[in-house]
Amino acid sequence: MQVRVYVALKKTVLDPQGQAIQAALARQGHAVEAVRQGKFFELELAADTAEAARQEAETIARDVLSNPVIEEFRVVLPEAESQ
Amino acid sequence: MKIGVVVFPGSNCDRDAHGAVVRAGQQAVWLWHGSAELEGVEAIILPGGFSYGDYLRTGAIARFSPIMEAVRRFAAQGGPVLGICNGFQILCEAGLLPGALLRNAGLRFVSRPVYLRVETADTPFTRACARGQVLRMPVAHGEGNYFADVATLAALEREHRVVFRYTDAAGNVTAGANPNGSRANIAGICNRERNVVGLMPHPERAIEPALGSEDGLALFHSLTLASAAIGA
Repeated sequence: MQVRVYVALKKTVLDPQGQAIQAALARQGHAVEAVRQGKFFELELAADTAEAARQEAETIARDVLSNPVIEEFRVVLPEAESQ
Repeated sequence: MKIGVVVFPGSNCDRDAHGAVVRAGQQAVWLWHGSAELEGVEAIILPGGFSYGDYLRTGAIARFSPIMEAVRRFAAQGGPVLGICNGFQILCEAGLLPGALLRNAGLRFVSRPVYLRVETADTPFTRACARGQVLRMPVAHGEGNYFADVATLAALEREHRVVFRYTDAAGNVTAGANPNGSRANIAGICNRERNVVGLMPHPERAIEPALGSEDGLALFHSLTLASAAIGA
């Protein structure tokens, strides 16, 4: 089962990369007020149920894929995204 | 004194750290990341570099290597551990030190000499220094922007766990002296027990006059002073 994990800096943490992208977009005439840059992971899990997959992915996201000091994450199951 | 230098895939300051230990008159041995054997060392150095290619986050993969389990046990027993640059990032990822190192505020890789003020002599790596002493040594990093939440920063200050701060040559904490946007100009910290120290600058690259400074030797000399001095 494929699960997607999104990781981004917490809102309270300055994101200078996002700011640089926002400034470049503004220079090109795009009316973008803010950009936050993050990471995206696709996990192929051998889980039997969606709930088991979600739990496994959340453990992985919390312990490895994100650093809870500076980042937050979101786990998305495929059926949730297609709705 | 026998001091271990950990070699991760992607370490590139391991030989410099080894050389600094030898120049300080001590015995240096390599500790391989894939082994959990500490070979009877009395102190451990996690050197700079780009362990595991900095994949995922700096230090994030190195933290799961077998040697780090051994380092964790060694630190829990009070063994002195020094993390330099990438080693500091690894210690933060491993939870042995609080906070995290973010991308430099200016987004550039910064490689130049900086001045550091010693904020406490009460660690195994600053015993040979005086509080308020200013050291000159290089930084070389893209992710050295020290971040911790307000409560953690307050605890670090209250417990005198900020070990080094970026300053000007006269020891003044200024925005211009901060190479990477670190909170409160923090360049290095220690754990509550004070035996684990991490810093972004490279003391091992400042160990002889030909390198522009030998101020970094003080950290390696400190190790050899009697541990009884701790807490004094």
